[in-house]
Amino acid sequence: MNKRVSVYRKEHFNAAHRLHNPAWDEEKNYAVFGKCNNPNYHGHNYELVVKITGEPSPETGFVMDLKFLSDLIKETVIEKMDHKNLNLDVPEFSDLNPTVENIAIVTYDILRKNIDDQLDLQIRLYETPRNFAEYPAS
Amino acid sequence: MVFLTRIEHFNAAHKLYNPSWTHEKNEAVFGKCANENWHGHNYELHVTVKGEVSDDTGFVIDVKHLSSLIKQFVLEELDHKNLNLDVVFLKDKMCSTENLAVSIWDQLFSRLPENVQLHCIKLYETPRIFVEYFGK
Repeated sequence: MNKRVSVYRKEHFNAAHRLHNPAWDEEKNYAVFGKCNNPNYHGHNYELVVKITGEPSPETGFVMDLKFLSDLIKETVIEKMDHKNLNLDVPEFSDLNPTVENIAIVTYDILRKNIDDQLDLQIRLYETPRNFAEYPAS
Repeated sequence: MVFLTRIEHFNAAHKLYNPSWTHEKNEAVFGKCANENWHGHNYELHVTVKGEVSDDTGFVIDVKHLSSLIKQFVLEELDHKNLNLDVVFLKDKMCSTENLAVSIWDQLFSRLPENVQLHCIKLYETPRIFVEYFGK
């Protein structure tokens, strides 16, 4: 058949974070990260779009069962990040700045190992309605 | 009489936590929103004013003036802040969307020009949750 189709699942979570590089002094952190460096954190409503690309199965017509994808995202990503402080509560960011870029990469790595190798995966993550990142870059 | 609305946005961390209750009671009432280490939102703020249209300008209010009032008295206080810790006008208040809307009303109400009245503060905490406050 050889016809590749992309299917998407949107989810959302909200979280607090701050952008901070512990190797830099306070002044440099403020110069680079500005308001995002606020020591008491700030927060966002994140919107996550997970894109799966592959050939529809001849038996089901599905690229992937979207209920399975939805449950997978909820169990592995949303539970970990929703209503959390990304810097303090999510171990993946104990040593990694929780920028929208890095959150997209972490989300990809979590999902990739749970999704069939035959299927391509791409993450689009909105930090605000106007700022978003995509990984892998296409 | 015409209503005019200016839409602004800010983002902030907060938690819902009543310090006079036990940790268990806070968890029972506020659930995930009581997370000790905070969580956060992109808030969207709709400020609606009302007034007669001026014959001279065709305006209810100069929207640039309205925008700078909101920036100075609301956004600079709230944007990229922790609502529980960083905001003077929210001190000792529960940081719910309801209380935030009322506090934003109080920040703006007396600062509008004489011939313009504040009509409504509509505040979205998420794209799916919002509150409205009409001053009473």
